[in-house]
Amino acid sequence: MKHLKLGAAAIALMAMAGAASAEKLSVYHWFEYIPQELLDKFTAETGIEVVMDTYDSNETLLANLKAGKLGSYDVAVPGDYMVSIMKNEGMLDTIAEGELKNKGNIEDQWLNVAFDDGRMHSIPYQWGSTSFMVNRDVYGGDIRTTDIIFNPPEELKGKINVLDTAGETLVFASIHMGIPQCSTDRDQLKALDELVQGAKADWASFNSDGAKDVLVSGDAAAGMIWNGFGQKARLEGANVEYSYPKQGYIVWMDNVVLLKDAPNRDAAIKFMDFLLEPENAAAVTNFARYTAGVKGVGALLDEELQTSPEQNPPADAPAGTFVEVCDEATQKVYDQIWTRLKQ
Amino acid sequence: MAAGIGGRTVSSAFAPIRLWLLLPSWVVIGFFLLIPVLLILVYSFLTKEFRGGVIWDFTLAAYDQFLFDRGLFGDDPPTIQWTYITIFVRSILQAAVATVLCLLIGFPTAWYIATRAARMRSIWLFLVTVPYWVNLLIRTVSMKFLIRENGPLNEFLLALGIIDSPLEIINTDIAVQLGLFYSYLPFMVLPIYAAVERYNFALSEAGADLYAGRWTIMREIVLPVVKPGIIAGCILVFVPSLGAFLAPDLLGGAKNFMIGSLIEEQFKGQAGNWPFGAASSMILLSMVLVVLFFYARGQAREQV
Repeated sequence: MKHLKLGAAAIALMAMAGAASAEKLSVYHWFEYIPQELLDKFTAETGIEVVMDTYDSNETLLANLKAGKLGSYDVAVPGDYMVSIMKNEGMLDTIAEGELKNKGNIEDQWLNVAFDDGRMHSIPYQWGSTSFMVNRDVYGGDIRTTDIIFNPPEELKGKINVLDTAGETLVFASIHMGIPQCSTDRDQLKALDELVQGAKADWASFNSDGAKDVLVSGDAAAGMIWNGFGQKARLEGANVEYSYPKQGYIVWMDNVVLLKDAPNRDAAIKFMDFLLEPENAAAVTNFARYTAGVKGVGALLDEELQTSPEQNPPADAPAGTFVEVCDEATQKVYDQIWTRLKQ
Repeated sequence: MAAGIGGRTVSSAFAPIRLWLLLPSWVVIGFFLLIPVLLILVYSFLTKEFRGGVIWDFTLAAYDQFLFDRGLFGDDPPTIQWTYITIFVRSILQAAVATVLCLLIGFPTAWYIATRAARMRSIWLFLVTVPYWVNLLIRTVSMKFLIRENGPLNEFLLALGIIDSPLEIINTDIAVQLGLFYSYLPFMVLPIYAAVERYNFALSEAGADLYAGRWTIMREIVLPVVKPGIIAGCILVFVPSLGAFLAPDLLGGAKNFMIGSLIEEQFKGQAGNWPFGAASSMILLSMVLVVLFFYARGQAREQV
């Protein structure tokens, strides 16, 4: 059945390639993450027709590429840690030096990143942070500390929502404790296990897709959340404030990668250059409400985004931490901690 | 039922093609039940691949993980793994309580409906099914809205002065229980209704004539006759409650796994442990089969 489908797809592709000499670009992207007008603009400027499929998680992207889709797409938009994983799986093509005209537009801080040193395979798309918000009607004290989640003040006990993803919640706990991610130190891991087990008594729920709703409805008075999502909670009328804790917070970045065996490699490079134009990067940010990693975008953003407390950390905020990719044996311990937490 | 009026219940009219009549059912059962269950059985003995998926090396690792606790780092001497037993016990208790609650509410309801005039019965039955035109997910989310801390239920009770501070129901086991028993209540009402409807009330009258009290009539005559309906209702409530994952996720705040959410996490979550999810499913399935087996054997004995 699968072979039949692949065969049919191959024939269809060949037929299309033969019939239309017009250039094409095949994009595999997150849902609702790029405005259609921007794709139209790309087609108008270059004459390249864009075909897009969408996915809803990094894991789905990986699974589908692994299951035989590699070679049918030109570019995809994995998150930071997924870039590492895909690179290690040999799914990414290398962008030669000088191939990208607009590479100089990448902000310096995003040029040499741990998941893709020197940007050999990827360019920044959007980045944001994962931290938490607090309802200011309930708690008026200092919120720039991870104690809010892991050692909460009396007012917030039993009214805290945490993200239902082992990755982000356990990394956030590690930041709170000041221990490295992917630790193999047994005392640190035991302490982490004890910390989350103890903190759970003060947590009301584990919820990711509802992270905004529980804050807006008042079910949670404090909750872990992504900054863009959190901004929406505030704009929907909740008196909530986003925190950039002194101990640190998580940052993540989605990146446009050049896939291995891309059928339209030239078009893919043109698309990446297109997305590195400040004007186009700003258009994505105005749509997605996170932050572009491209120089010269600032002035082109909606006023709200230029000043919003979610997207603009205070001057004394520490740098954020990326989620790291652990090896299998280490990951197993973290998985174990998570299962014990939710037993 | 022995109290029937008689008459042949086995027809020989279609005897020559009886096997062919059953063929579609067998195809459906084979394709959508037996093959998937066999696949799950095979997967439960495979090796987990790091990021989801399986490696075709046969192993008992998934069952070992279920039964034995080797500590946080996997190298302590094995002791009994309480994590998953706790999850199973919690699920069984929740499902059992849901079944009892459904029975307590469902039996009188079914009795009431079955003793109405024939025309009214269909209206009452129709009313019982009305809430179930709405999708389970939406009903569960609505329940969440109702019982939340500043939701209508609390506001109502506060306004009446029955309580001084809002009841903290949401994100507790009680909330999960509310969701479970409410979701499956009609599965209890309908089979009991069917059994009571067929009950011949002349039997009760005969009992009363012979000086049996109400309680004696209920215990000695009614219950034995409607028992199959009660048992069918209990099974129909207990089994799906055991594997529920919407209620614990949405109403329980996903804080405590039930069996259903544990299995879901293995396939959808980052852990991506398919063999372990498959093994948990097989253990759950075996438990259900054992219960059904004893029920079927009990039924068979009674018929003799």
